[in-house]
Amino acid sequence: MAPPAQSQRSPSPSQPSGKSEVSDLKLQLRQLAGSRAPGVDDSKRELFKKVISYMTIGIDVSSLFGEMVMCSATSDIVLKKMCYLYVGNYAKVNPDLALLTINFLQRDCRDEDPMIRGLALRSLCSLRVANLVEYLVGPLGSGLKDSNSYVRMVAVMGVLKLYHISASTCIDADFPSILKHLMLHDSDTQVVANCLSALQEIWSAEASTSEEASREREALISKPVIYYLLNRIKEFSEWAQCLVLELVTKYVPSDSSEIFDIMNLLEDRLQHANGAVVLATIRVFLQLTLSMTDVHQQVYERIKAPLLTLVSSGSPEQSYAVLSHLHLLVMRAPYVFSSDYKHFYCQYNEPSYVKRLKLEMLTAVANESNTYEIVTELCEYAANVDIPIARESIRAVGKIALQQYDVNAIVDRLLQFLEMEKDYVTAEALVLVKDLLRKYPQWSHDCIAVVGNISSKNVQEPKAKAALIWMLGEYSQDMQDAPYVLESLVENWDEEHSAEVRLHLLTAVMRCFFKRPPETQSALGAALAAGIADFHQDVHDRALFYYRILRYNVSVAERVVNPPKQAVSVFADTQSSEIKDRIFDEFNSLSVLYQKPSYMFTDKEHRVPLEFADELGNLSIGEAANNVVPTQMVEENDKDLLLTTSEKEETKGSRNNGSAYTVPYDGSSTSVFASQAQVESAVSNPTLAGHSPQASFAIDDLLGLGIPATPAVPSPPQLKLNTKAALDPSTFQQKWRQLPVALSQEISVNPQGVAALTAPQALLRHMQSHSIHCIASGGQSPNFKFLFFAQKFEESSNYLVECVINTSSAKAQVKIKADDQNTSQDFSTLFESALSKFGTS
Amino acid sequence: MISQFFVLSQRGDNIVFRDYRGEVAKGSAEIFFRKVKFWKEDGQEEAPPVFNVDGVNYFHVKVVGLLFVATTRVNVSPSLVLELLQRIARVIKDYLGVLSEDSLRKNFVLVYELLDEVIDFGYVQTTSTEVLKSYVFNEPIVVDAARLQPLGPAAIFMQGTKRMPGTAVTKSVVANEPGGRKREEIFVDIIEKISVTFSSSGYILTSEIDGTIQMKSYLSGNPEIRLALNEDLSIGRGGGTIYDYRSSSGSGAVILDDCNFHESVRLDSFDMDRTLSLVPPDGEFPVMNYRMTQEFKPPFRINCLIEEAGQLKAEVIIKVRAEFPSNITANTIAVQMPLPKYTTRASFELEPGAVGQRTDFKEANKKLEWGLKKIVGGSEHTLRAKLTFSQESHANLTKEAGPVSMTFTIPMYNVSRLQVKYLQIAKKSSSYNPYRWVRYVTQANSYVARI
Repeated sequence: MAPPAQSQRSPSPSQPSGKSEVSDLKLQLRQLAGSRAPGVDDSKRELFKKVISYMTIGIDVSSLFGEMVMCSATSDIVLKKMCYLYVGNYAKVNPDLALLTINFLQRDCRDEDPMIRGLALRSLCSLRVANLVEYLVGPLGSGLKDSNSYVRMVAVMGVLKLYHISASTCIDADFPSILKHLMLHDSDTQVVANCLSALQEIWSAEASTSEEASREREALISKPVIYYLLNRIKEFSEWAQCLVLELVTKYVPSDSSEIFDIMNLLEDRLQHANGAVVLATIRVFLQLTLSMTDVHQQVYERIKAPLLTLVSSGSPEQSYAVLSHLHLLVMRAPYVFSSDYKHFYCQYNEPSYVKRLKLEMLTAVANESNTYEIVTELCEYAANVDIPIARESIRAVGKIALQQYDVNAIVDRLLQFLEMEKDYVTAEALVLVKDLLRKYPQWSHDCIAVVGNISSKNVQEPKAKAALIWMLGEYSQDMQDAPYVLESLVENWDEEHSAEVRLHLLTAVMRCFFKRPPETQSALGAALAAGIADFHQDVHDRALFYYRILRYNVSVAERVVNPPKQAVSVFADTQSSEIKDRIFDEFNSLSVLYQKPSYMFTDKEHRVPLEFADELGNLSIGEAANNVVPTQMVEENDKDLLLTTSEKEETKGSRNNGSAYTVPYDGSSTSVFASQAQVESAVSNPTLAGHSPQASFAIDDLLGLGIPATPAVPSPPQLKLNTKAALDPSTFQQKWRQLPVALSQEISVNPQGVAALTAPQALLRHMQSHSIHCIASGGQSPNFKFLFFAQKFEESSNYLVECVINTSSAKAQVKIKADDQNTSQDFSTLFESALSKFGTS
Repeated sequence: MISQFFVLSQRGDNIVFRDYRGEVAKGSAEIFFRKVKFWKEDGQEEAPPVFNVDGVNYFHVKVVGLLFVATTRVNVSPSLVLELLQRIARVIKDYLGVLSEDSLRKNFVLVYELLDEVIDFGYVQTTSTEVLKSYVFNEPIVVDAARLQPLGPAAIFMQGTKRMPGTAVTKSVVANEPGGRKREEIFVDIIEKISVTFSSSGYILTSEIDGTIQMKSYLSGNPEIRLALNEDLSIGRGGGTIYDYRSSSGSGAVILDDCNFHESVRLDSFDMDRTLSLVPPDGEFPVMNYRMTQEFKPPFRINCLIEEAGQLKAEVIIKVRAEFPSNITANTIAVQMPLPKYTTRASFELEPGAVGQRTDFKEANKKLEWGLKKIVGGSEHTLRAKLTFSQESHANLTKEAGPVSMTFTIPMYNVSRLQVKYLQIAKKSSSYNPYRWVRYVTQANSYVARI
C-alpha cells in the first residue's frame, strides 16, 4: 500500500504553517490601506504576492478579506488583478464579506479602461454567492452591449456563471436570447465561440424541463447556424474551431451534396498542427459518411497520413491521445491499415501503455502478406527487458495464430518460445499452445512432442500450470509419461496453492484414467481422496461429483468427462460490438482512451450536452443489439469453462467477413480482400474452395447451377446480390428505423437445417455464401435471432432482415425491409431459398 | 471544458493552482500525485497521461520535470486538453524566458494573470502569446538562465557551437534587455528526430524521420516572412503507396510522407515554388511538422558482438562508426545495452587514448552504459567489456542480452536534406536587417541495433 503522499514531501522553507505570518500580514495590510504615500503600491504588491502565495499552497488567508478589500482602492491594474484573484477564491466561504467587494467591483465595471471593465465583470461573476446575484444582472446587461469585444467576451462567460449560481435569474433576465443574437451577429469570433459554449450548456440543462429550451437546442444544429459558423471557421481560434466542429458532428445534412460541401470546406483542417482540430475534423468526416460506404472508406484512407504524422510529432502525451484514436480505427477496419504495420512497431523507449496499444494494432492488422514480418518482430519483443510487454508480445503471436494466417510457421515460433527457458516465456507459451490445440487439434503431435519435455516443476504460474495439466489430461494417450507426471503432481497436492490448478488436476487425472486405466488408477484414487478433503468448495464438489459418478456408472462418467470434443471455432470477444459502436460514436473523447463508453465513467449530470450516442441508444434496434450480443457471450462462456473471460478472443476472421465494420475496398487493395474472402469461403464451403473464385460462385449459385437444391424450393429469381456487401451497424440501425416493413412471414425450416443450427455461427457462414451477411446474432437453442443484410449487385440498394428461428417448432419468423420496395418479394424468395439449403449443402 | 488547472513540482508541491468551475474537490492535486507516483506497486510502469479516479478525469503532461495537470468531470476531447496543457507551458515559457520550478515560483502572480486570460470558466479563450500581451501586465522576474537546466529543443544549440547567442532562446518575449533596446532577430530551427532499427545482420528494418521547423521571432512590428524550402520537395499523397522503406530514390528529391502546418502559415505559393509565407506570432511555435520514411543514410552504424569466453565469462564488443562528414561533430552520445540477468561484474576496456568517454555497469537493472562526449564524423569507436556470470547460461547469449540503443545529438546536420533555402523578411526600410538564425539539428529518438 502506498504511504500517504504527505510523508513524501520535505518541508520547504517557503511553506510556513503557523498563523503568526497571517496575522503579521494583516497588520501590515492595515497600515498600507489608508496610505497614499508614493511607492505604496509597490509595497502593496509585495504583500499581495505573499497573500496569494500562501493561498496557493493551501494556507487559509481568508481572515485577511477585509484588509484586502480595503487595499483594493487603487488604480494599479496588477494590484487589482491580484485582489480579484483573492476575492474570487474566498467570496464563496465568506458571503457576508463578499458584499463588501460588490461596491468597488460595480464601480470598476463602469471604468473607462475596457481592461478594467472586463476584469471587474469577470471577478463579479466569479464570486459564486447566491444572494448577490441581483447585483450581477445590471453589469452583465451592459457588458453584453459593451463596445469592446474583450468586455463582451467576459460578459458572455459571465452569463454562464450566473446561470450556474441562479438559473432562474439568468433566464428571467432573458440573457440566453441576447446570447443567441450575439452568436449570430457579433464581429468578434471569440465572443461568438463563448456564446456557443454558454448556450450549449444552458439549453442542455434546461431541455429536460422546458420544451422551448429543447427546441432552441435543436436550433443550434440547424442548417443556418451550422453554415454561418462553418463559413467563418478559419477566423476562429484553433480552440473555438474544435467547438464548432463538435457542433457540426451533430448536424444531419439533407443530401450527399451537402456532405461533400462540408467535407471540402474542412479538408484543409486535416493539415492543422493542432491534433485536437484534426481529430475533431476526422470525427465530422466519419459521422457524415456513415451511410455512404464508399466515401467512408475514402475517409479512412485520407485520414491515415495526418493521424500518423500527429502520432510522431508533439509530446509523448499528445501522441498517446492520437494513437488511441488510431487504435480504435485500426480495430474497426484493420485491412485499411495492413500495409502500415511498420508504424505500429514498438520503440524501445516508449512507455508500456503505448506499447500495449501497438501490440494490439499489430495483432489486428496481421494478414497473409505481413504475418511473417509481424510475427518476427513480435518474437523480438519476447526477449524484451520489459517483462509485461514481453508477455503480451507472446500472447499477440498466439492471437495471430488463432486468426489462422500461416499457422504452420507460427506454431514453430511458439514451440521455440518453449525452448527459450525463461519462466515467463514458457508460461505464456504454454497457455497459448493450449488454446491453439483447442482450435487446431491437428497440431497435437508437433506440440505434444515439445510440451512433453517441459518439466512441471519449472512451471509455477497457475495459468500456465493449469494449461500444462490440461494438455496432460487431454493428450495422455500421446504423452508417454503423462500418468506418472500427474501422479507426482497429485502427491504434492498440499503444496499446490492455486484452486484453479487443483481443479484442472482432478479433471486431467480423470481423463487420463479413461485412456490409460491401469497406470492411472492409484493416482486417481489419491486425487479423489485429496480432492474430497480439500478445503476449497469447488475442488471439494468436483472431486465428490467425480467420485459419485464413477460409482454410479463408469461409462457414463467417461461420457461426461471425456466426450468427443469439437474444435473451438470462435473464441468469444471481451467487448460486445454494441459497446464498440458506442465508443466509435464518441470519437475524439475520453471514451476512446479508456476504451469504455462515457456512461461507464461519467455521472449523468456531467454528460456532454447533445450526446449523439444517447439518441442512438434510444432506437429500438439498438436495444435489440443490446439483448442479442450478451446472450451470445454468455453462451460461449458456458460452452467452455476452461477459459476465463480475459483470455477470450473472437477470431478476427469471422468479423472481417465483409459484414459488420467493413469498409469496401478500392481497386488497389482488392486483391487482399479477394484472398481473404477465399479463405472464408474455403472455411464455409470446402468443396468449392480453390477452383472457384467467390464472385462467380455466388452468381452460379443464385442461378441454381452450383449446388443441388432441395426439390421443394421455388426456383430463385433473377436478383443478383453483391458478394462483398458492406454495411456498418449504425447505418443498419438508421435504415431499420426509417424503412417500413416490406414483408413479414413465417418460413418453415427443414429438419437438416434445424439439426445444423447448434450455434448461430453455423448459419452465418451458410448465409454468407449466399451473399446475405449477418450484422448481429445471438440466442440459445431453441431460439435464435439474426439480423442480416444484403445489397443488390452493382447498386447500393439494401435489404435488411430480422430472422427469429425456433428450432423446436422448425419455424422462422422473417421481417424484411428494403430500400427498393419493388424487389423485396424477389429478395424474400431468395432468402427463403438460401435458408432452405442450410444443412443440406 | 476543464475544471481545474495546476502545476506540481517533482515532490508534489502545488506551485500554481487554479479552480475554474468548483466542480472537483480541492484535494484533487493530492489524489492525482499519489496516483501518478504509485501507479503500479512495482513502480516500473508509468501512469498514462489521462486517467479517471472516482469520476474525475486527470490529464497531465510533463515539462522540465514539472507536472502540468487539468481535471474535469466531463467527457472531453483528450487531445484538446493535452494540447492545451502543452500550450500553457509554452506561453509561460515565452513570458518567463526560462521555464523551471524556480522561475515559476518567482513569477506565480504573472502565471495566475496568464491563466485567467487563457481559460475562463473552463473554456479556452486564447493561447496566443501575441494576444495575451495586451491583457497581461506583470513584468517577468527573469531568472539566471545559465544556472538552469535548459528547456526544449532550442537549448541543444547552446553546446558546442559558439556562433549561436545562447541566451537569446531563453529570452522573454516581453522583458526588455539591459539598455531597453530589443534586438531584432529571428530563429528558425530544423529539428529532426530519427528512429532506426537495425537487424542483427545490420540491415535497416525500419527508419523514420520526425521533423519540425520551429520558429521564434523577436521581430518588432510583425513583418511578413517567406521561408523557401527545397524546390524538389514533394509530399506523398494517396496513402499507402510509399511505405516501402527501401525505395531506391537514392539522391535528389526529398519526399515527405506527410506534414502539417501552423495556423499562421499560408500556402498560396507552396505548390508552385515551395515557399511558406507567414506573419510569425510572438513566441515559439512549430511552423511545420513533417514525417518521412524515405530511405536515408543513418548517421551511425553499430556493431555488437557478444560471445562466451570461458566458463561463466563472456565478452561484449560494441563498435560505433560515424558516417557523416568530418566537419560535423555529434555530442552527448550514450550507448546502452541490457546484459544477461545473471551478470555480476563487467570490466571495460576502452581504445587507447580515448578521451571524454565513460563506462558503467548498472548493477540494479543489469545494463551496460557507455557515454561519449563527442564523436567526429568519419571516426570509429570501440568498447570491449568482459562479463562475469553467476550461473552458466543455457540458451543463446544473444537472446539474453541487447538490443543496443543509442542517443545522440548532431548539431548543424540533418538527415532528410530538407533545407531552408532562404528566409526573407518583408522590408521595412533599407537599413532594416535583423539577425536571422537558421539552424539544423538531428537527434536520436529510438536508435536501436538488435544483436
